[in-house]
Amino acid sequence: MNKNIILAGVGGQGILTIAAIIDLAAMGEGLKVKQAEVHGMSQRGGAVQSHLRISDSEIFSDLIPLGKADLILSVEPMESLRYLPYLSSGGTIVTAIQPFDNIANYPNLDNILNTIKNSGRSILIDAVALAGEAGNLKSSNMVLLGAASPYLGIEKEKIEKSIEQLFSRKGQETIDINLRAFKLGLKASENKPVNI
Amino acid sequence: MNKQLLLGAEAIALGAIDAGISGVYAYPGTPSTEITEFIQNSVVAKKSAIRSTWSANEKTAYEAALGMSYAGKRSLVCMKHVGLNVAADAYINSAITGVNGGLVVVVADDPSMHSSQNEQDSRVYGKFAFIPVIEPSNQQEAYDAVHYAFELSEKTKLPVMLRITTRLSHSRAIVSQGISRPQNELAPETDTKKFILLPANARAGYLRLLDKQTKLASYSEKSVFNRIVDGEGNFGILAFGIAFNYVMEVISEHKLDIPVLKISQYPLPEPIIREFTEKLDQVLIAEEGYPVYEELLRGFFNNKKFTGRLDGTLPRTGELTPDHLAKALGIKMAETKTIPAIVANRPPELCKGCSHRDLYEALNAAISGFEEKHVFSDIGCYTLGALPPFNSINTCVDMGASVTMAKGAADAGLRPAVAVIGDSTFTHSGITGLLDAVNDKSPVTIIISDNGTTAMTGGQDSSGTNKLLDICKGVGVDEKHIKTIVPLKKNMEENIAILKEEFEYEGVSVILACRECVQVAVRKKKADR
Ligand SMILES: Cc1ncc(C[n+]2csc(CCOP(=O)(O)OP(=O)(O)O)c2C)c(N)n1
Ligand code: SF4
Repeated sequence: MNKNIILAGVGGQGILTIAAIIDLAAMGEGLKVKQAEVHGMSQRGGAVQSHLRISDSEIFSDLIPLGKADLILSVEPMESLRYLPYLSSGGTIVTAIQPFDNIANYPNLDNILNTIKNSGRSILIDAVALAGEAGNLKSSNMVLLGAASPYLGIEKEKIEKSIEQLFSRKGQETIDINLRAFKLGLKASENKPVNI
Repeated sequence: MNKQLLLGAEAIALGAIDAGISGVYAYPGTPSTEITEFIQNSVVAKKSAIRSTWSANEKTAYEAALGMSYAGKRSLVCMKHVGLNVAADAYINSAITGVNGGLVVVVADDPSMHSSQNEQDSRVYGKFAFIPVIEPSNQQEAYDAVHYAFELSEKTKLPVMLRITTRLSHSRAIVSQGISRPQNELAPETDTKKFILLPANARAGYLRLLDKQTKLASYSEKSVFNRIVDGEGNFGILAFGIAFNYVMEVISEHKLDIPVLKISQYPLPEPIIREFTEKLDQVLIAEEGYPVYEELLRGFFNNKKFTGRLDGTLPRTGELTPDHLAKALGIKMAETKTIPAIVANRPPELCKGCSHRDLYEALNAAISGFEEKHVFSDIGCYTLGALPPFNSINTCVDMGASVTMAKGAADAGLRPAVAVIGDSTFTHSGITGLLDAVNDKSPVTIIISDNGTTAMTGGQDSSGTNKLLDICKGVGVDEKHIKTIVPLKKNMEENIAILKEEFEYEGVSVILACRECVQVAVRKKKADR
């Protein structure tokens, strides 16, 4: 068992919550984990990424080598493309389709989405709509986690348990919303025709 | 055993709590900040009364740590690499005095300058001070290295440096917690000369330090953090600290059979390096940071047996990656996808509603009527005023330099001479410069953009909060030329007028531009709920 995941987004979008849940689930399975994060300057609205590695054997490098990521999980469409050199030939992109437009020259969104579709196996998720359906727009990260869950190498029940664990302090309602978001994301991704 | 997923920085903090420190002293700085924050938030640390509030700068932090060590207790001092420049006087001299209770200085380097002005390698400072340096390669080693470093510090009576880099500090892995040890009892230094660096004592102290060097190298030789990986052939790799990870990543991924010697402690242990390199024809030296030991081993006459960053086998600058090592080991890279041309850069920016935004807008308008438009600035969120749409500042060099560079430029005849400095940077290193300007009656306008926090590094308490007006008065700035403004859209016209007026004044003015950082405001609101 060996999974390399690039989490991508913009500083402040909360990709580390997604990472924390995957970490919990992986640790519960007795797997080894390494997770390189970006702190500092770029967190002010800049591009941020996290290299998350899970394995049943010793993980040496905190960084994923180029071409070795099994999954790019992005909460922002343009950001999913920034890390393409890391994606392995059979790798998958799971991304939200909502742009985070804080720059003057944000490219045309249709062009971005088409480029993603042409970049390998990709699953584009309307995370905001599904988060709304789940009961809170803030749960869009859990929608994406759900959509990516078939590619994590960890059983989905284990991930759901980690969601409960992570949000346990915030009360049952928050847990339910996030679990609902996770399931909606998973369903959307299972029903999606995958572009190859 | 208790297992936790920890950042390298957090592993160090936990290690320090378990190693029985009585205090941590630090000024924030990426990538070292999380060490102190972890201790500040630790219930265990609180219970055992480990002191942990932020210091005004790295020098005050280092000296306080030395004082705690003088009193016989264990102290930890943490900083980013450039912080050691600020603390360097205390640091170098503390190697001559030596320590009493264990003193460990954690220095976090930032190769590739992810959040820094340079990528200086603190191992050079280790050699400069003649003290032991430990360079852990992973989070578990980071945890273990703290215990080890405190033991070594008390055994050698020297400060010990723990050198880490951004990657280790900001990456998580599973760490097993070891046993914890009680704090030292109060036992002040009994040697009446050791800490008085009058020339006669200092000469003796320096000789004492030099005498220890052979012993220190023998400790490095036996260090538990060294590792030998067996392999065949006449090519081998000497890997230092975290570079070992990238070497092993490539070796295990591509099933290579190459001998590797990992060294994680300095001064460099000669015998094992001699033994390892002697039987090889070619040795790749992999080190994160400057080619410090590659240079040493190549020597002045450029012994070509050694390759690394100096001959281009590895890149001369920047952080290493597994891909650099793969290339250096002759692995053919499979074709990878490229970043599509459509992807635009997304640099960091000031938050929406940030007070620095309204300040820069006013400043740009106020200075627009002058022929020379130079603004000396400093380090903090407000440095982002260098980028569009503001393009407001001309300098950012080192903490406090805005005030003193403006003064020097004013001395040269530049008008107006304007400085923009954050509140935390001002108390870190700006006050003394302001005193110079007052004593010289320099025509400068010092704008202190006071958002009540140390925002750039994540919003730590700022030591001058609610004291800045009194500090400026106390330093001797004429009260008539200390103006407080609130950088908000609705005050724009008024603020521009005040700035213009002070730019014209032929003496020292201070503008206190006060409005809370919006991120801190949001966090407070959340905490209140
Ligand atoms: C010697 C040194 N220590 C620490 C740092 C890290 N650092 C950069 S900016 C900054 C905080 C600045 O705070 P402030 O001046 O209040 O400005 P703000 O970010 O709040 O706008 C710190 C700690 C550094 N660059 N140099
Ligand atoms: S963190 Fe605070 S000071 Fe920094 S840009 Fe945001 S609002 Fe401004």
